[in-house]
Amino acid sequence: MPLSSAIRSVLLGIVLVVAGLWIGQNIKLLPVDASTNAPVYDELFRVLFSIGAILFLGITGLVVFSLIKFRRKPGDTSDGIALEGNLSLEILWTAIPAIVVLFVGIYSYDIYDRMGGMLPLDHGGHNHQNMASEERIWGGISSGSIEKSGMVVNAPLPVEVTAMQFAFIFHYPKGDITSGELHVPTGQPISMRLESRDVIHAFWVPEFRLKQDVIPGQPTILSFTATKPGRYPIICAELCGPYHGGMRSAVIVDSPKAYEEWFKNNAKTPVSEL
Amino acid sequence: MTLASSPDLSKESEPLQPKGWLRYFSFSVDHKVIGLQYLICGFIFYLIGGALASAIRIELTSPISDFMPRDVYNQVLTLHGTIMIFLWIVPVVNGAFGNYLIPFYVGARDMAFPRLNAVAFWLIPPAGLMLISSYFITGAAESGWTAYPPLSINTPAAGQIIWILSVLLLGGSSIFGGINFIATILKLRRPGLGLMQLPMYCWAMLGTSILVVLSTPVLAGTLILLSFDIVAHTGFFNPVMGGNVIVYQHLFWFYSHPAVYIMVLPAFGLVSEILPVHCRKPLFGYTTMVYSIMAIVVLGLVVWAHHMFTSGTPPWMRLFFTIATSFIAVPTGIKFFNWVATLWGGRISLNSAILFSCGFIINFVLGGITGVALAQVPFDIHVHDTYFVVAHFHYIVYGGSVFVIFSSIYHWYPKFTGRMLNENLGRLHFLLTFVGFNLCFAPQHWLGLNGMPRRVAEYDPQFTFVNQLSSAGALLMAISTLPFLWNVFQSAFNGPIAGDNPWKALTPEWLTSSPPPVENWEGPAPLVKEPYGYGETPETLEVALDKDLELGGDEK
Ligand code: HEM
Ligand SMILES: [Cu+2]
Ligand SMILES: [Cu+2]
Repeated sequence: MPLSSAIRSVLLGIVLVVAGLWIGQNIKLLPVDASTNAPVYDELFRVLFSIGAILFLGITGLVVFSLIKFRRKPGDTSDGIALEGNLSLEILWTAIPAIVVLFVGIYSYDIYDRMGGMLPLDHGGHNHQNMASEERIWGGISSGSIEKSGMVVNAPLPVEVTAMQFAFIFHYPKGDITSGELHVPTGQPISMRLESRDVIHAFWVPEFRLKQDVIPGQPTILSFTATKPGRYPIICAELCGPYHGGMRSAVIVDSPKAYEEWFKNNAKTPVSEL
Repeated sequence: MTLASSPDLSKESEPLQPKGWLRYFSFSVDHKVIGLQYLICGFIFYLIGGALASAIRIELTSPISDFMPRDVYNQVLTLHGTIMIFLWIVPVVNGAFGNYLIPFYVGARDMAFPRLNAVAFWLIPPAGLMLISSYFITGAAESGWTAYPPLSINTPAAGQIIWILSVLLLGGSSIFGGINFIATILKLRRPGLGLMQLPMYCWAMLGTSILVVLSTPVLAGTLILLSFDIVAHTGFFNPVMGGNVIVYQHLFWFYSHPAVYIMVLPAFGLVSEILPVHCRKPLFGYTTMVYSIMAIVVLGLVVWAHHMFTSGTPPWMRLFFTIATSFIAVPTGIKFFNWVATLWGGRISLNSAILFSCGFIINFVLGGITGVALAQVPFDIHVHDTYFVVAHFHYIVYGGSVFVIFSSIYHWYPKFTGRMLNENLGRLHFLLTFVGFNLCFAPQHWLGLNGMPRRVAEYDPQFTFVNQLSSAGALLMAISTLPFLWNVFQSAFNGPIAGDNPWKALTPEWLTSSPPPVENWEGPAPLVKEPYGYGETPETLEVALDKDLELGGDEK
């Protein structure tokens, strides 16, 4: 009897893990992946989803099972078993979550590193006089994985992004282009310098899995590399006033040729007062 | 201050207290009256906050901003968040149940500082009224419950200042309450009652109160500086004056992450009281429960920057806060496994209290899983400030704390009123709430992952259908309060008489009449050394309870 019930629990556990892994691998909840770090993000998402599915199904299953199996039958006034604890069980369910969490932490560190989050940034593209010493530099997301993926690394293309209530303005120092929409070529690292004129905004492109607050008084560097041509929304994600919901723009990812075309047609437009 | 347990104080002040229902409108110093004042006052604010939530969900049934003006929408969402946190969940899980139960649990006749206790409660109604009336008089604050500068400095000042004042009052109330709980639990324990014999809710309240006392003053200081920036044009957080907006975020979240535990640790404690009674089993793993509460308190103080992963924090800081946050899952997990083990092998009555408690377990597990995911910097960068986060914390705060509040009302209503609630209406309430809640918030995970930011009145039309699903869930949730309200009102007059101890529970609040007399027990306070001694030999049970119990007593 105890043996068969042990076997049954092990079998159930295996079914649960397989089911969780299967769900995690097959679930489609994310938009297209259009930057170098998006597939890396999606890998992390699948792992987290699998672990989450196993835990959720397991605990929900146990609760529902207990409610059905151990429900009080009419007329039954007896008590349950007087079980106050079980040290080895309690150690087990301290150790297992600790190991899982440790694994998740280390794994997500690795993901972060692969996205280029840990790279010391050297933004050749930016004018160093602009980068006063108090300038906040972080990000580099995406710059790491290109090298590993063996693509040719071009020098990053600098873009200056100004956020204000309730719009984004993009300025290309090279060619002096000012635009309300962001145009970038595929496969080319973009290095953006974000600054806000008034309140905090956030630059978010869901298809790039990339978000950065745009902070007044603290210019911030963010880099990424787009991979799939298309038109994706740029969304302000930080409450910034009444028209926050309408503060949207778009990033147009072109093939390098099409981008070159756009660049030639727009370069040297009259200098705006930006 | 005089300790309440000394009989002369209560004797002397008692004649000053009105009798009957008027007590509930008086400056009563009776902890039970104050507890119910917190509960009822909190529930009224819950209904107001719920009406605001309905307004938000109506606006979001269409992708354009058409139901209310955009600035009104921001005022509504700010009021909704502030009311639900500071006027409903915090006062109810701490003030209401804490005041009612803690003196019973430690074997005292009242809280340590009864007058301070009454002051703490009476700060709440004026603060709440001020906050809500600001909407009609000056226009309410419109920078969200987080009030990030510089937005909170740039928006109309009057509403923002009133918001700050009322949050300061509420914070003060919360600090007074916290000090009172710590003093009561540590100093008013009945002789012979050891710390490790206390019911788990005492431990939860001790941990919570430590968090309250350590972190709320930081919020108060921060908001005072913010108000200087607004009225005196100082430059603490104003970048135009050389201030730093990120510093505000650090200070704000140093309070507001612990605040999430201030909302949920007491709920953990309440569930730990409810499950053993209705499962007829001891609470599983008492000692590990105590240690995990304390671990959560310590870790909870060092995870705040997980709300700031996109705020330009340096990589080392992101890593530290990722790891620290992830590790909170370990003590939290222990508690959940212990509860499931408490269910296991019990004689579970499938009543409303158990259903809401089990609903809590399921909802919170999902919220905890998304929480650990959000703690991972690379994951969070995509979904921060989106509907994914909205879903996460509603699973925690509504699916967790609010479910537990309902469970607790079903469990303690007989003690509060002396009458039973109708169980069938209770189960209907559970069903509607559980389905409505999940329909409302589960789809929001998808919305966040696919590009819908939070705090918007308009959105990409591709999200219309899913938003309408969510609004339908909200409608169900609104409907679910009707059977509850009806049940609570009509049972107060017509419910079956409960008797002292309808659940045959062992904790001290049940070892007295329902409702209990002014000083809690006629005669000396009972000494309950094993508050969870269910399933023990029938003899011990019979001693602990009254003789009129028939115990089937067939132990394994
Ligand atoms: C214990 C009960 C919990 C409550 C009441 C709670 C509540 C909240 C709230 C209110 C927010 C949103 C704050 C805002 O942006 O306005 C939030 C965000 C967050 N929570 Fe929780 N949470 C809880 C548990 C957890 C757990 C167990 C974890 C992880 C182990 C976690 C991790 C996070 C993270 C990382 C965020 C930030 C997400 C973001 O803004 O991008 N939470 N939580
Ligand atoms: Cu914005
Ligand atoms: Cu937090």
